[in-house]
Amino acid sequence: MAILDILKVPDPRLKQVSEPVSRFDDELRRFAADLEETMRAGPGGVGIAAPQVGRFQRIVIVDVSSRPNTPNHGLMVLVNPEITAWEGLKVGREGCLSVPDYTGNVIRATRIELTARDLDGNPVEYECVDFEARAVQHEIDHLDGLLFLDRLVSKRNDLFRRKRYK
Amino acid sequence: MRHWYMLTLVGEDRPGIVAALSRAIYEGGGNLGEASMMRLGGNFTIMMMVDFSGSRSALASLVAPVAESMGLHCHIDRIEGHLHEHRLPDVRITVFGADRAGIVARVTTALSEAGLNILELESDVAGSEDEPVYIMHIEGHAREGYDSVRAAVEVINEEGIEASIEPVDTMIG
Repeated sequence: MAILDILKVPDPRLKQVSEPVSRFDDELRRFAADLEETMRAGPGGVGIAAPQVGRFQRIVIVDVSSRPNTPNHGLMVLVNPEITAWEGLKVGREGCLSVPDYTGNVIRATRIELTARDLDGNPVEYECVDFEARAVQHEIDHLDGLLFLDRLVSKRNDLFRRKRYK
Repeated sequence: MRHWYMLTLVGEDRPGIVAALSRAIYEGGGNLGEASMMRLGGNFTIMMMVDFSGSRSALASLVAPVAESMGLHCHIDRIEGHLHEHRLPDVRITVFGADRAGIVARVTTALSEAGLNILELESDVAGSEDEPVYIMHIEGHAREGYDSVRAAVEVINEEGIEASIEPVDTMIG
């Protein structure tokens, strides 16, 4: 097990789109263990994506179980994840292990359904809500080269000043 | 030896203020740090940290031509400032309703007594001349816990001011 180095903005590699995983072997499982350890070593980290440590494969880990009163599935290791359905939108605050000392407001779906593979290549399905759904969406964005900075909304205007349409 | 200065500039809004000011500071050897700039009541207001190696008066003379040409009042303080000291808010409060005298004082006094440390406050008067609506958005740190601030918000609501509160749960991923 090892704690891996995290890429930080403005490293251009964070914009790279990651490739699907096709080999489900011991090397993959060793990497996932390191990735999880790296997530837990980060300050307050509840999720991490493989490209954040410079491995451009579609692997994310989310675990929000340490938070009180938060619906969760415990540790989720998601390989080749795909969001298949979503509903509801909510503004929430996000930070990122790759973006130190900055947080911002981002709109995410409040409920998602997703399919993925586990580390042995077996298909898995999850339905996530609220904070866990937010974490999953944030991590899957990394697989497509997106950071929460790409989705910031203004604090000043996100609640009010809605345009009136006649 | 470089120092941080806080520059405050206010004047009637017009195009090109930020570009002209930041260019003058850059060309004079200053670096911008954190800044807040916005239009308030037809004025453009700027508060910004500037990292500069010269004296306060040297910085003032650098900024003066721009301030003069753009019609801005300028105030400069040397500050003990640091970057990378962001504090995370853990609570967000919004207040809105018919504008009335003392609304800000009433709300912020109650919140302060409940242990709220305000990190950001933005407010607007919307609506119309005849029926102004006051809107305030606060993010802060609840020193005595969320429930204490929530209780204060409930009291504010009982006084006929519509206020809502929600925790800010920052997701780090």
